[in-house]
Amino acid sequence: MLDVYKIREDFPILGKKVNNTDLIYFDNAATSQTPNQVIEVISDYYKQYNSNIHRGLHSLSADATNKYENSRTIIKNHFGASHEHEIIFTSGTTHGINIISSGLEKLISSKDELIVSEMEHHSNIVPWQMLCEKTGSKLKVIPINDDGSLNMDEYKSLLTPAVKFVFINHVSNTLGIVNPVKEIIDLAHMNNSKVLIDGAQGAAHFKINLKELDVDYYVASAHKLCGPTGVGFLYGKSELLNSLPPYQGGGEMISTVTFNKTEYADLPHKFEAGTPNIAGVIGFGAAIEYMNSIGFDNIEVYEKELLDYATENLKKIENVKIYGDVDDKISVISFNVGNHHPSDIGSILDQYGVAVRTGQHCTQPIMDHFNIPGTVRASFSFYNTKSEIDLFIDALKKASKMLG
Amino acid sequence: MQSIQQIQDQIIEEFDFFQDWSEKYQYLIDLGKNLPEFNDSNRVDSNLIKGCQSKVWLNSSFDNNIVIFEADSDAIISKGIISLLIRVFSGHTPDEIIAANIDFIEKIGLNSHLSQTRANGLLSMIKQIKIYALAYQAKN
Repeated sequence: MLDVYKIREDFPILGKKVNNTDLIYFDNAATSQTPNQVIEVISDYYKQYNSNIHRGLHSLSADATNKYENSRTIIKNHFGASHEHEIIFTSGTTHGINIISSGLEKLISSKDELIVSEMEHHSNIVPWQMLCEKTGSKLKVIPINDDGSLNMDEYKSLLTPAVKFVFINHVSNTLGIVNPVKEIIDLAHMNNSKVLIDGAQGAAHFKINLKELDVDYYVASAHKLCGPTGVGFLYGKSELLNSLPPYQGGGEMISTVTFNKTEYADLPHKFEAGTPNIAGVIGFGAAIEYMNSIGFDNIEVYEKELLDYATENLKKIENVKIYGDVDDKISVISFNVGNHHPSDIGSILDQYGVAVRTGQHCTQPIMDHFNIPGTVRASFSFYNTKSEIDLFIDALKKASKMLG
Repeated sequence: MQSIQQIQDQIIEEFDFFQDWSEKYQYLIDLGKNLPEFNDSNRVDSNLIKGCQSKVWLNSSFDNNIVIFEADSDAIISKGIISLLIRVFSGHTPDEIIAANIDFIEKIGLNSHLSQTRANGLLSMIKQIKIYALAYQAKN
């Protein structure tokens, strides 16, 4: 069991007032808040040992390099990768996807097919559309059912021999639905297709073991799990990462440079050209350690409790329609109230101090599927409370009444 | 006919009566609901204003050196804000519209309640209104 009121003391921002009222932060699916334990580690880096990594011989550089590489070990252990060099630091999920899509340009031909789903974030659609434009390959789309879940029968029939890759999110950022990724990966592998999982929403809410999943590529962002913005990781199986060309040229990613020939560095440095976000990476490691100190099992149980409580109370409000109301989901609720525009609801909630997300959530195909302009999305984290949900429900009722 | 500045001053005075933000919002919602019906044939993509989270259509017509605006939105608070803009700008000459200095939004305290996204949307609306006026001025 976690002690939410004790946990809240770790997050200075949660004591903030907005519009003269206590902040209720329910936009965790967009970005999570940062605890003192992470803020201090980042501040400590700049105060104590700010220096460039890997090349310097001086003590400061050695310290920074050790802490940077220690983050790689923390992340490798937490996500159950086989080797440190399979963890590539990126600027975030989108960057990770683009490393793969650009790397595949020479490995995909016009005879090949790629699969995405209708519930993907735009960042797991557009890079593949661009890849198809460049290579002449074809993009196929797994439709969703009316409850928002993936249509697995359609997926199976789309998995033809021409399919080289499948790109799916672990959890829908809009609907909160957890996809059956193990089954998706196993089916793809039987078809000799590789799989990239967009873990932007998955990584923060439950424990993941990449080796057990047997996934080929996995990408995530630190800022969704109490870490800083502008940093994330790309996991790839060694042999696959080795088969890809480098993404960017520069320092760090080479072993020798002459004007006749340049040799690229080994993994992971091959994909980490230039000076990385050192403070961010170290903060990312601290965030994973912080969340593990609370315990992912505890987080999962508590967030489910919040989700059930909020869902139950939302359903009591007249004309509320929830999208993606299935059993297997994380603490994200997308909904609308009658015909009120989500931005109207969101604007009024903001005046009551409640921060939610409104709009299409970078998933226009889902909105087109349900034929709506957008949704209101409330997403909870382990530092939110039931009394905050009560205040949110109360504010929502007032908003609905104001809009008439 | 009141000048653009006089209309703005009147709006500022009206908003002075409101005690708190909820009354201001309620007023905008009521204005939105009372906005004259938008002609369906004008609800086309070329009239859509970019940069708004909700859809906003703005149409203009020009007669006797006077610009008339009509607009619509799928969100009611946006419609309320549009209603104020139409009240301020519609029925004036292109020269007057181009020269107008819009200060009422800040003075009624609306900008502090608008998120950056919405504030940008509002700026886009004003920009589009002025672009129409510029086009009509050039035509003259």
